[in-house]
Formats: sequence, structure tokens, C-alpha cells
Amino acid sequence: MTTTDMPRPVDAGPGRAVSKKQPRRAGSGGLRQAVPATTLLWILACLYGLPVLWFILSSLKPASDLFSYPLTLVPHDITLSGYLTAWRSANFSQYFINTTIVCVITTILTVGVSCCTGYALAKYDNKWLKAFFLCILATTMLPGEVMLAPSFLVVRDLGLYNSFGGIILPAVLTATGCFMFRQFFLTVPDELLEAARIDGARELSIFLRIMVPLSRPIMLTLAILSFQWRWNDYIWPLLMLNDPNKFTVQIGIQSIVGAQNINWSVLLGASVISMIPLIVVFLVFQRYVMNADINAGLKD
Amino acid sequence: MTKRASDVSASPPRRRSKYTLAPLVLIAANVVLFALFFVWPAVIGLIYSFTNYTGVGAFQLVGLDNYSNLFGDSTFYGALTRTVLYAVLFVPLNFALSLLAANLVVSKHAKGSSVARVIFFIPWLLSPIVVGVLWRWLFGENFGLVNYIFEKLGGSAVPWQSNADLSLLVVVMAAAWMWTGFTMLLFIAAIKNVPVSYYEAASLDGAGPWRQFFSITLPSIAPTSFIVILLNTINAMKEYPVFVALNNGGPGTSNNLLVQYIYETGFKRGQIGYASAASFVLMLILMAVAIIQLIVNRRVENR
Repeated sequence: MTTTDMPRPVDAGPGRAVSKKQPRRAGSGGLRQAVPATTLLWILACLYGLPVLWFILSSLKPASDLFSYPLTLVPHDITLSGYLTAWRSANFSQYFINTTIVCVITTILTVGVSCCTGYALAKYDNKWLKAFFLCILATTMLPGEVMLAPSFLVVRDLGLYNSFGGIILPAVLTATGCFMFRQFFLTVPDELLEAARIDGARELSIFLRIMVPLSRPIMLTLAILSFQWRWNDYIWPLLMLNDPNKFTVQIGIQSIVGAQNINWSVLLGASVISMIPLIVVFLVFQRYVMNADINAGLKD
Repeated sequence: MTKRASDVSASPPRRRSKYTLAPLVLIAANVVLFALFFVWPAVIGLIYSFTNYTGVGAFQLVGLDNYSNLFGDSTFYGALTRTVLYAVLFVPLNFALSLLAANLVVSKHAKGSSVARVIFFIPWLLSPIVVGVLWRWLFGENFGLVNYIFEKLGGSAVPWQSNADLSLLVVVMAAAWMWTGFTMLLFIAAIKNVPVSYYEAASLDGAGPWRQFFSITLPSIAPTSFIVILLNTINAMKEYPVFVALNNGGPGTSNNLLVQYIYETGFKRGQIGYASAASFVLMLILMAVAIIQLIVNRRVENR
């Protein structure tokens, strides 16, 4: 479903030059303004960071200490028992593998298919392409949550119920991905394409041998986004999967929450494990996520 | 995209239209996916909304019965008003927090802004389910850190989970916390595009930081602000996973929102026809929001 790919194509108004570094704002007063601004920034940052910090520190406490008053921020004895129990119990390692498989396959397909579509939309001109461009726009207007029941029936009738295919295939078409590639290929000069044509290269080999390698940064950006959307998906895998051996991590966590008595030690461990891949991906590729490229794509 | 698309189609002569096979091959996969997972469900969803289909077996056309029943269904109304209330609380809170964060991060006076930016962004990486679990842990009535601090400060424990309004408020805060990072990125991009000379001129005229913010920054980023508001409204209208993990729409069913209502009706009670009708009501609401977005956006651009 195209829905959780929340970043919708959006027009951000004038002057969206990509990563145009402007000198920081000139203003009066050095220290006089630095102190309040820095203080406010870090108060806010602490408010945002504290929940995650508290959560992670709690997950390192032994189960017996979780509710012992007075609460302590830093655990007395650090233990990984919550993690180990979570990993061993309730098939959590299986869920983790399942989610990884689903995310990796979906991401590869999404990047490949979006790259082809974005290139066609940017570099060719005919009325069918224009019509399809409108169709892609339409998918952003109608989020998947709105079509839960009919989408479920369609996927079931295609014989994909309770299979990874049922999660992967509907997620491959994303408007954001197509827009990101389209915007990128619009910036590639047409002369490059014309020169290759004059040299006698065929259309698809121009695409595969010249254009695809050029678009590597966009591929990486979309891959990170797609991985995040799929890793965090909840409602669609929940509908699609019936067999506990095929559950994804998010369903696994939710099933611990839904239990009669929440085993907080296991729940905290499982939750922290589930966030590790994304945090690692983010920290490694931080500059791609944070730089203006992502905005250019999102805002199209 | 309107601007750039028109730039491009206006510039070179239309010689490219002689290529038809290559582009069709390139978009083929997405055309198939679009037909299978968008057109087909949308069409049968519309059809089912006029039937009493249960997901299996035969069904009958019931005309507009599903729709008229919906408007007499107090559970549906409850879900609808709760969803609207959630959006009305979430959107301004997220807007204010993200704008504040973006301004502080961009400010040359604030030290350590690159680290702070990452801190603001991390919640957006967490899955809605994990965010729900995390805030449930934070706001537990008997064991949560927040109530613990309240008690330490001499207050009394607050019923975050058993009071329906407070429990909605916790979800609002959790969602605003989660979405700040992303919205902040949009604001940062917009703020960086405001010409520096405006601020220089204003500070020569003696305008202080507040005056500069309200007279220059806020009007200059108006297009982004509209987008943020409408984007967040649409997202709020279809929120579900945070609720499930945080309080499962509770206490009781008092905070069941629209998507949860659709899910329960369609999949737990097998009323696919009825759930499809509810889906289309949600779709009409989202389309209304999107159309307002287009109109307002156009008006702002033409100004």
C-alpha cells in the first residue's frame, strides 16, 4: 500500500534549490543571544531524547528491578536478560528474519521499479505517460487505510493471502519513489541521452548503462526510506499474515502488548531489538537522510 | 512539481514522442501494480459499499443502506468525533514543536544544533508500535516515570490510562513527539530559503528576534506551513498503530478511531460491505482535506 509512505509529493513553494548552503543568518549580539537559544534548544532536545533514553536504560534492568521504587535512571545491574528472553521466546528471532526478508525484497523491487518509472516520466514524452503520471498522483490521494477491506479481498483472490508476496507486491508502487527519480532524471541533461542515441545505443541500454549508475544517490535515499516504511509497517502485515511463523517484528511486539499480563521485561527487550536495524541504517546513512536530496524528492 | 514539469515540457522541441516502446517497457511493472492493487480494490470497494458482503459467499445489493446506517451508528460517530478531536489537538501541537525545533536548529546562536537535530529526528525512525509501547511505559499509572516525577514533586498520580480524555492526550503527545523530526526537516528547508537580506534589513531597522520571526520567517514559510498542516491532518485522520500499542483505543472503546473502526467492522465482524462504506466516508473526508490543500496552495502561490 502506498499509504505509510507518508511523505507525499508536496510543493514547497519558491526557490527549492537543492542543498543550497546559505550563510547563517546575520544578527546582533553574540553571547546575549547564544545563551537563551542554546538553553532552549537543549531543553527541547532533552525532552525529546529522554523518553528513548529511559526506555533503553529500563530495558537493561533485570525484570525484578523494573518496578522497584524509587525509580532509578541508570540500572544497578545491567543485564541483557530481557533481550535474550525476547529473542528466544515467541519466535522473535523468526519474526526478525521474516521482517528482514520482506524489507530487503520490497526495497530492492521498489527502488528498481521506481527508477524505471521515474526515468520514463522524466525523459519521454507521450500522452500515455502523462496519463499514468496522473494515475500515480491519484494513489497519493487515496491512502491504503481507506481500502483495507477491498485490498485484502483482492490480494486474497490473487492467492497471496498469508504469504510474503501479499505484503511485498502491493508495497512496490510508491508515488514518492517515482517522484524522487523523476525529479532526479529531469536534472540530467537531455544532451547526454541524445549523444548516446547518435552513437547508436538502444533506449534500454542507455537507461541501464548510463542512467541507472548516475542515479545511485537517489537509489540509496529511496532504499533507506523504503526500508523504514516496510520495517515499521503494522496494519497490512497484520491483515495479510495468519501463520505465526510468518509474522513480522511489529506484529510480534503488538502480540506481547496484547497479552493478558504484559511481560514488560520481554516487551522492552523486543522493542529495543526491533529499533536497532533502523537506528544503525540511519546513523550510517545519516547525511543522505538529512541533506536536501530527500526534501527535493519528497516535495517534488 | 507543476513548475518544473512545465519548464521541461516547454523547453525542447517535442521530438521525443517517437519513442513509445521503451517507456512502456519501463513503466510496465508499475502499471500492472497500479491496476492490481489500486484500481481493482478501489472499484470493488465502491461496489461492496452498496452491498451486504461479508467476505465470503453471495451478497445482495442494498443500495445506500450502509451509508444511511452509518449515520445512525453511534459507534461510528464516536470514532469520527474522536478522530477529529485527535487531529485538532495533534496538528497544532506538532506544528508548534516542529517549528520551534527547526528555528532553534537553524539559529546560528544555538550551539550543538547538529547533535540536537539527530535527537529530534530519532523518534521518527521508531515504528508507531514501538512509540506506543514506549509512551505506555512512560505514562504507566502505577509504574510510569511521569507519574513518579509528579509524585516526587508533591502531586498525585494522574490516571493517564483510565481517563479517556487523558489517554487521548497521551497519544497526541506521543504522535507529536514521533512526527517532529520529519516536519522539522520540511521547516528547516523552508527557513533556509528565506533570503538572509530580509533579516539584515530588519535588524538594521531594529527588529528583535520575535519581531523578525513573526514578520519575516512566518510569512515566508507560509506555503510549507499549509502543506504541513494538511499533510498532518491527513495522517492524523488515518492513525491507528500508535493507538493500538499505547492503549488499544481505550479505556474500553472510547478512543477507537476511524481506521480501527473500519478494521473491527470489516475483519472482526465480517461486515465487509459496511466497512467499505465507512472507508468511503473516510476517503471523502481525506479528499475534502486534499482539495482544500490544492485550493489554498494555489491561492498562496498566486498571491
